[in-house]
Amino acid sequence: MNTFLQLVLNGLGKGAVYALLALGFVVIFKATEVVNFAHGSLVLIGGYMVYATKDALGWPAAAALGIVSAALAALLIERLLIAHARNADVNSLALLTIGVDVIITEEIVRRLRADIPFIGDPYDAQPLQAAGLTVFRTQLVALIVGIVLITAFFLAFRFSSWGVAMRAQAENREAAALMGIRSSRVTATAWLLAGALAGVAVLFMATQDFSGAGLGRGTHAIALIAFPAAILGGLDSTVGAVVGGLIVGLTEALSAQYVSFEFSKSAVFLVMLLILVIRPSGLFGTRELSRV
Amino acid sequence: MCADRPRRPGEAVRRVLSVRGLSVRYGRSVRALEEVDLEVGADSVLAVLGGNGAGKSTLLRAVSATLRLHGGGVTAGEIRFRDERLDRLDPAAVVRRGVVAVPEGRQVFARMTVEENLRAGGLGARSASVRSAARERVAELFPVLAERASQRAGLLSGGEQQMLAIGRALMSGPELLLLDEPSLGLAPQMVGRIARIIGEIHAQGTAVVLVEQNATMALEVADHAAVLEVGRIALTGTAEELAASDDVQRLYLGGHAESTERAEAEQAEALAHRPRRSLTRWAG
Repeated sequence: MNTFLQLVLNGLGKGAVYALLALGFVVIFKATEVVNFAHGSLVLIGGYMVYATKDALGWPAAAALGIVSAALAALLIERLLIAHARNADVNSLALLTIGVDVIITEEIVRRLRADIPFIGDPYDAQPLQAAGLTVFRTQLVALIVGIVLITAFFLAFRFSSWGVAMRAQAENREAAALMGIRSSRVTATAWLLAGALAGVAVLFMATQDFSGAGLGRGTHAIALIAFPAAILGGLDSTVGAVVGGLIVGLTEALSAQYVSFEFSKSAVFLVMLLILVIRPSGLFGTRELSRV
Repeated sequence: MCADRPRRPGEAVRRVLSVRGLSVRYGRSVRALEEVDLEVGADSVLAVLGGNGAGKSTLLRAVSATLRLHGGGVTAGEIRFRDERLDRLDPAAVVRRGVVAVPEGRQVFARMTVEENLRAGGLGARSASVRSAARERVAELFPVLAERASQRAGLLSGGEQQMLAIGRALMSGPELLLLDEPSLGLAPQMVGRIARIIGEIHAQGTAVVLVEQNATMALEVADHAAVLEVGRIALTGTAEELAASDDVQRLYLGGHAESTERAEAEQAEALAHRPRRSLTRWAG
């Protein structure tokens, strides 16, 4: 029983990180209808900035810088590449982001050379023991940070003017434009936010607790798990992204323990396939409807 | 000329909207408007009549700068609101100048609540005071929207959705309201209600361009009217003049034509034998 509780807590901690990634992914998709395959490279940019500056600036400042860098990188991709191709097909734009992803990832891996640094200094590799449970501190901090950020996001999405504009534009671009909503501003903030969330996520991903793998190709591979999280939740649903993230985290943690570590990655995709067979638009996704 | 009504100086015979030589195309070849000239007075309701495909919606899209979202563009001419060119602005900038359109088919945000729809409409307001004044006005005009504030807009009836669409557009406090077929698909009783509301909005000092196929309703509400035929202005005049004209009587106020083919033939014939006495053709 204790093992199970431990697994659930750790799984939820991982799930919170996936949820942050998937949420950014969904926000971009809702604002621009572009599937952003460069999400993994945003994660690496944030992580790399932390690694490069934490000795000089100290961890907290480096972490902040990493988050800001990932956010600005996302904004830059949107302004330079996506905004200028407004009439382009969304599928071509998705392919464009794959190109961006390859370039950024290869450059960062090249800069890291043989290094695969861990960047979760304040909490990494210091498990907590309480009431017979052993919990990774990284996952616990991730869970708390995830809950705070996700709650803040949903409050803003539901109640702020930004949220109203964002939802209006996602639902009907033309009607939103006729309301005086500046579509380029909505789109830019969506990318900025998604980048910042990726920058937060990497602070937990490149740790011994989370994956045992430091910053590098491994981190990029973990970031790809956000895709099934977003897809099984429903690509256009913010709630779905969070639920999808948690499902993926739990699936990974439980299958690693009860089946095998090697199986845990494919388990995630098996769960995704299973859910898509039953609900083709994901758990919370809106079904494709023909416009009336 | 308008000594009986007090107006602010300088606004006497001001045109809020003037369209000159406007031509619009979709893609390379589809000509939707050809050298259209129109003017809307600061204190008037202009009805734009015409059949399907006459270019009515295109005209409103051109004014509200949303042509690009439909793959269209202005190829010639200009659109001025007061003294400013609108045809080079983006849709949000047009709204900030005080020109707001209610698109065809209402297009409320179906998944958002009535209240959120109104909030979205207020995002284009120039200031918070404009917004709060607009909110009061909308509450007075449409008490039903306050009752349904927390309901999803998609669950409203067609008439209520049309009210929401108009209310949402008023939330940014426009000086000129563009309405695209507000009577479409509504029961006659609701059409009458919408007509009264448009009259009230006008009485409160907002100029209106009303694009309609329902000419009876439009000519009742409007003081001026124009008829669009395949992308060109065919007739203009006061609403009474047009309502009295044989062409308009036959084509838009009479019984329904059995087929569009016949209606088109009739239209062409009527235009060829147009009486010229009371109607001024708009000289381009």
